[in-house]
Amino acid sequence: MFDSLRHTAAHDGYGVKMDSISRRKFLKIGGTSLALTAAAGPLGKAAAGSSRENVRGVQKIPTFCDLCFWKCGAIAYVEDGKLWKVEGNPLDPLSQGRLCPRGSGGVGAHFDPDRLKYPLMRKSLRGKEEWVQVTWDEALTFIADKMNKIKAEHGPEAMALFSHGIGGNFLKHLFKAYGSANIGAPSFAQCRGPRDVGFRLTFGEDVASPERTDIRNARCLVLIGSHLGENMHNTQVQEFSEAVANGASLIVVDPRVSVAAGKAKYYLPIKPGTDMALLLAWMNLLVSEKLYNQAYVDRYGFGFEQFAAEIQPYTPEWAYPETGIEPELIRATAREMARYLPATLIHPGRHATWYGDDTQRSRAIALLNALMGNWGVKGGFYYPVSMEVPAYPYPAYPHSDRPKVDNPDNRYPFAHEVNTNGIRKATISGVPYPVKGWFVNATNLIHALPDEQETIRAIQNLDLLVVIDVIPAEIAGWADVVLPESVYLERFDDLNVEWFREPFVALRQPVVAAPHDQKPNWWIAKKLAEKLGLGHYFPWKDVEEYLAYRLNTAGLDYGRLKREGIIRGEKQPVYFAEGVPDVFPTPSGKIEFYSLQLAQAGFDPVPKYTQPAPPPDGYFRLLFGRAPVHSFSRTQSNRVLMDMLDENEVWINQDIATRWGLKSGDYIRLKNQDGVISNRIKVKATERIRTDCVYIIHGFGHNARQLTYAYQKGASDAQLITRYKTDPIMGGTAMNVNFVTFELEA
Amino acid sequence: MARFAMVIDTKKCVGCMDCVVACKTENRVPEGFNRDWITTEARGKFPSVQMEIRSERCNHCDNPPCVHCCPTGASHVHTLGGVVLVHHDLCIGCKACLASCPYDARFIHPEGYADKCTFCIHRVEKGMDPACVSVCPTHCMYFGDLEDPHSPVSRLLMARRYHAIAPEAGTDPQIYYLI
Repeated sequence: MFDSLRHTAAHDGYGVKMDSISRRKFLKIGGTSLALTAAAGPLGKAAAGSSRENVRGVQKIPTFCDLCFWKCGAIAYVEDGKLWKVEGNPLDPLSQGRLCPRGSGGVGAHFDPDRLKYPLMRKSLRGKEEWVQVTWDEALTFIADKMNKIKAEHGPEAMALFSHGIGGNFLKHLFKAYGSANIGAPSFAQCRGPRDVGFRLTFGEDVASPERTDIRNARCLVLIGSHLGENMHNTQVQEFSEAVANGASLIVVDPRVSVAAGKAKYYLPIKPGTDMALLLAWMNLLVSEKLYNQAYVDRYGFGFEQFAAEIQPYTPEWAYPETGIEPELIRATAREMARYLPATLIHPGRHATWYGDDTQRSRAIALLNALMGNWGVKGGFYYPVSMEVPAYPYPAYPHSDRPKVDNPDNRYPFAHEVNTNGIRKATISGVPYPVKGWFVNATNLIHALPDEQETIRAIQNLDLLVVIDVIPAEIAGWADVVLPESVYLERFDDLNVEWFREPFVALRQPVVAAPHDQKPNWWIAKKLAEKLGLGHYFPWKDVEEYLAYRLNTAGLDYGRLKREGIIRGEKQPVYFAEGVPDVFPTPSGKIEFYSLQLAQAGFDPVPKYTQPAPPPDGYFRLLFGRAPVHSFSRTQSNRVLMDMLDENEVWINQDIATRWGLKSGDYIRLKNQDGVISNRIKVKATERIRTDCVYIIHGFGHNARQLTYAYQKGASDAQLITRYKTDPIMGGTAMNVNFVTFELEA
Repeated sequence: MARFAMVIDTKKCVGCMDCVVACKTENRVPEGFNRDWITTEARGKFPSVQMEIRSERCNHCDNPPCVHCCPTGASHVHTLGGVVLVHHDLCIGCKACLASCPYDARFIHPEGYADKCTFCIHRVEKGMDPACVSVCPTHCMYFGDLEDPHSPVSRLLMARRYHAIAPEAGTDPQIYYLI
C-alpha cells in the first residue's frame, strides 16, 4: 500500500497546470523572463542597489543561515549580481558543508513577494491589517515618543521584548539600556524549557542548543516522541543518519510511525501522554535487574537508594495498561539499552511542552540517562566548548528594583528564563505591575503561544505594539507599527560564538542588498536608541566596527572571518575521559536521583506518573510536529519551500478514516473541545498513527491576509490549542491537551 | 564508456527533500515544478508498518522510451555516461515523452520544452556530483560510473541488496535503491 506517494504537491500538479497552454502561447506571454539564461534568475527581481549588482560571474559569499535557530554556516552564490543559491560552508562544524532543505531554500526568503517592504503604521482597529506607509524616521519617532511616555507613567519595566534567534541581540541590548529585562522567547516556556529545567535539576546543566547529544557515537539511541528527520536540526539529523548507518540500535517511542520509527529496531506505539509510565518501568527494570551502570551511579549519584525505593512499584506489568506497551517489549528494550551502556543515549527531545508534567518527564529522561552513565561520556552527552570572544564593553545598564514581570512571587521556582506566557498574563492582569508596550521580533506569537484569544486580550491592553519582522505574519496584523527587517542574506547580525563539540565563531554578512526599504536590527536598535537619548549605549559607528572590535579583542582577524565565514578554534576536551572535570553544579555536587531542592519547594523529589485525561467520545488527541522543509509558522511564504510542501494534512488512522467515510485527499475541518473550527485541511488516512490521536504539521493555516500565498492553506494547530496546562515547576505551557473531532465538508 | 548511475541508501534517507530544493535552486526549476521528488511507501497494519523513503527522478534508462518516441530527436542519450537529456531548441513540446515515461519524471517547462533531471551534467562534466547528491545531509546518495568496478556506486551494488523502480517496464533504470 502506498501511503504517501510524492508528497510534492507541486509535482503532482504539473500536468494540470501546464497542459492547456501551448508552447507558442507561452513564449508569447512569458517573453524571456523565465529563460534558463545566466542573466535572469527565475525567482524574482534582483536586489536593487546591491554593491555586488554589477559584478559579472559568480561570487561566493560566506554567511550563516537564519531559516531556523541552528545557525549553520552557509555560502551564498551570487551570479551577475543576483542571488542564485545557498550551500553549506565546508568549514562549518554544525553543517559539515551540507545545509538542510530550509537552508538550501533560503533564497526564497529574499525573493518572497509577500515580505514586508516598508515601515507601516496602523490606521484602523488593531488586527484589521490596515496600514499607512511611513518613513523610518516617522515610525521610530512615534515609537520613541510612546516609549518615553510609558517609561514616565509606568517605569521602563512596562516594556517587554519577545524575540527569537540571534537577530534580536541588538534589540535585547536596547531594552536593557532602556531599563527593562522583561525579555522572553517562546523557545523556553513553549518549547525546550521543561527539558532544560529537568536536566538542570538532575545534572546541574542544561541540554542547551545545539543539543549536547553525542548521537554520532551512540551505539543505542532512544527517541521518545522526538521525530529526527522530520524535525530537521541539521547536525542531529546528520549524526542520526550516520549512527543508523553504523548499526546503532534504534528504539523509537511515538504514537505515530515517524520517519525515525520506520528505521527502528524497536518501535513502541505508546498511548499519548503516558511516557512517564514507560520511563518509570524502564528504570524499575534496570534497577531491579541491576542492569544499570553501577560504577558510574556509585561514583556520581546522590540519593540513589531513595530513588530506587520510590520507583519500585512501577513494573512493566503496571505500565502495560497505562502505555499499551507489552511488558515483554518494555523488558526487551530496557535490556537493549543496558547492553550498549554507557553509549546508550536517551534523547532529551526539544519541543517538550506536552502534558503539564514535562519537567518531571524530562527529569525521568535525565535519570534514565544517568543510569546509563553517559553524561560526560562518549556516545552520551558531551561538554560543549566555545571560543573566548569578549562582549562589547558597553556602559552599565540602569538598575531596576522590580523583579522580572513574568513570575510574580517566584511561583515557578525553577524557571531560569523569562516565560512569555508570564509576560502575557501580567499584561492582562497588571500584576505584579503593568506591561504597556511589546516589541515582537522574529516570532509569530499568535501561532507560537497557546490560546490565541488570550494573546489578543493582552494585546488590547497595550499602549504600543511594535512588530519587527521579515514577513507579515498574524502578529504583525495586530501591531501599531510594523518595521520591515532585512532577511539574513541582506544583513549583518551579531557574531555566533557557538557552544558545540568544537569551538568556532561565525559571521553573518550581507550577500545582496535588501530589495525595498528593509533594515537590519542593529540599525533599527541604534537609531531608536538615539531617539530615546540612549545613543551612548551604541558607541560604534556601524555594525562592522562593533564586529571588528569584538574579534580584535579576541585576537581574531575580522578580514579572515569575512572571507571564510567561520574561524575554528583548537579542539578541547569534551568528555570526562579527555579531562573535563567531573563536577556537577547541583546542590549536592552530584547527579541528583533524589532532588532535595524539589522536595523543599513542594514537588516530587523523584518523578511520579499522572494519568492523562482520555479523549471525549468521538474526539481524538491533537498532536503536532514538524516538517523538514518548514520552520514554525515563518516559512510558508517562501515559494521555494512551498513548492516542497504547501499545505499540511491531518493524519488519521486508516480504520478511523474508514469509519468516518474519509479517504486521503478529502478536505475536512477540525473542531476542538471548545467548538473552535479550523481552516480546511486535507485528510491523510494512514496506518502510521494510533486510533486515539491525530497529527498535523505545525505552521500552516495562516489567516494573515498579507501572506497571500500561504493564506488559509492547511490548518493551524495553534488555533485549536485553546487549552494548555501549566508546568508547576517552571511555568511552561503544555499543549498536547486538546482534542478534536471532524467536521465533514458539505 | 562510462555509465553513470545513482545509488540511494533508503536506510539513511529521511525524506527531507533537500535533494529537491537543491535541484530547484541549482537548475532554476521554475515555481510550481520539481525535477525530483520524495516517495514514502508504507506497508502493513499499525503498528507493524514497513517504510521505504526514496528520492526519485528520471532513471536515465539504458532503454529509454522517451528517446525512442521523440519525433524530433530532442530527447537523446548524451555521449557521456548514458545520461538522457533534452535539446530544448529541438523540442516541440508534444509530450510524447511525458506519456512514455513510466516514472512520470518529465514536465513541460513554461518555456515550452520537456524538462527533467539531467544528472546535473553541467556539474558532472566539471568533476562535481549532481546538486542533490552534494547537499544531502544524510549522505544517502551516491553518483558515479558503473563501468568502473572501484567506483563507490559499483562497490555499493556489489556489497548491498538493492532494487530499482518498475524494472518490469523494461527500461533498464539506472537509479538503484539500497535496502
